[in-house]
Amino acid sequence: MSSPLRREDVAYVAKLARLSLNDDELDLFTEQLGQVLEHANDMNSLDLENVVATAHPFGLVNVVRADEVRPSLDRDEVLAMAPDAREGRFAVPRIMGEAP
Amino acid sequence: MKTAVQIALDVKSGASSAAEELQRSLDAIRARNDELHVFLYVDEEGASVAAAKVDALVARGDDAGALAGVPIAVKDNMCQRGIPTTCASKILEGWRPPYNATVIDRLTSAGALLVGKTNLDEFAMGSSTENSAFGPTRNPLDPSRVPGGSSGGSAAAVAAGMTALAIGSDTGGSIRQPAALCGLVGVKPTYGLVSRYGLVAFASSLDQIGPFATTVTDAAVLLEVLAGHDPMDSTSLPEPSPSLVAHVNDGVAGKRVGLVRELIDGADQEVVDAVNRARDALCEAGATAVELSIPELRLGLSAYYLIAPAEASSNLARYDGVRYGLRVDADDVSAMNEATRTAGFGAEVKRRIMLGTYALSAGYYDAYYGQALKVRTQMIDAFARAYGQVDLLLGATTPSVAFAFGAKTANPLTMYLSDVFTIPTNLAGEAAISVPFGTGDGGLPIGVQLLGPGRSEARLFSAARVLERADGRP
Repeated sequence: MSSPLRREDVAYVAKLARLSLNDDELDLFTEQLGQVLEHANDMNSLDLENVVATAHPFGLVNVVRADEVRPSLDRDEVLAMAPDAREGRFAVPRIMGEAP
Repeated sequence: MKTAVQIALDVKSGASSAAEELQRSLDAIRARNDELHVFLYVDEEGASVAAAKVDALVARGDDAGALAGVPIAVKDNMCQRGIPTTCASKILEGWRPPYNATVIDRLTSAGALLVGKTNLDEFAMGSSTENSAFGPTRNPLDPSRVPGGSSGGSAAAVAAGMTALAIGSDTGGSIRQPAALCGLVGVKPTYGLVSRYGLVAFASSLDQIGPFATTVTDAAVLLEVLAGHDPMDSTSLPEPSPSLVAHVNDGVAGKRVGLVRELIDGADQEVVDAVNRARDALCEAGATAVELSIPELRLGLSAYYLIAPAEASSNLARYDGVRYGLRVDADDVSAMNEATRTAGFGAEVKRRIMLGTYALSAGYYDAYYGQALKVRTQMIDAFARAYGQVDLLLGATTPSVAFAFGAKTANPLTMYLSDVFTIPTNLAGEAAISVPFGTGDGGLPIGVQLLGPGRSEARLFSAARVLERADGRP
């Protein structure tokens, strides 16, 4: 995994992350992210073949609670903080195109 | 500036009142907040109501709490009902949470006065507060230098005498590093000791809330208030808050201390000298010291800068312009998401989201994220081996004293390297404390770091107290 990052990779990742980058930002991020990834190559110095991955420091087991009805946040109060809300719901611009 | 312990004593004894203590805090904020840019929001009204409640409890002869009348500053990535919570990001500007973080409720129950929300690097991503969308915070000890970060505002609030206490969050050093740069005690508690409910998530497996204080005892009092099981956080440890204050003066007689080569290598000579003097001070107090090498710690930075961005890229997906915060209108929902995120996030947040998205993307997951998780295992095992030989570890908190504005902004990797000594503790989920020990260049404070296994806070506070006394603070 030696300095693999290309400008088109950065453009693709930006699309995945729902960010639009201009040409200057693409150049800058390609260079800066490449440096961080290159630094990460030092991890190859370890033999990690048989090492188990740790996603959580204490390997917690699933935590459950009783399935009881409890008060939740007040709907109107939550919707009051939304950029757009109608009829007790979050409102967004159209998701699908018009019918042909 | 009075300690939190002294303020609570004075308020309870009638020598002072919560209203007076609050006024002193608000006056100090007014005097320097424009210059230092510490608080993003000051809640004079809410704090006055809280002060009146404390004074009424005292007047009735009721217990007003461990932090009765103590002004405290809260990093602006913790939710406080009805109070703006921005994470120093334009994407959350104007948002007022509909609920309290658990730590907010605990502080209120203990009689603390929540005077306001402090500046930070946007979404806690940074080591200097230069990444705040609302402008940086200045170090009260030398306003030409950074206070550290990401909890720079909280550190500056205490260092400037605006509040006796503050809370921050530490994902890779964001409490300990600013504490070191501002001459304060800063604690990164064991993962799960303090509830994360209502802490805006950056990297969920690493984030932990903890205290800033001017003394070790004040930090212990505050951590006792914050800690303890919370059913609202599924990663919360199952036990009640530990007894810490009672152990602050236990000393270090018979304790074995490991001076870790990897936790001083690359630090400025004045910092290395301070760590060596700290070792001597612990030995004079009856500890024994050995030098250790834990080579795995060298890989912490690489693992961290894949794991933390990977978790962040997932956590920050929620800022999509739908439910709260900024929305930039566009013709369809996808374009609206993209326009909102592009306008709302700053450069460093975008960089981390990009890095994390890449590390998790098909074809690179195993090589980067998967590899980093294995390094994390290696680090946990290496710490465990070290704690088989010694009771606690000693090293530097930061490679240097507080640096100048702009010194590390051109190259992100340079900035990331300022966290090299603090990151391993977060990856291992363990505990560490930074305590001021001597001064360096320009009289600026140096912090030394004590590290211990999970749930070793009492031991760390005892050792930190020994260093505090050896450094000439009674």
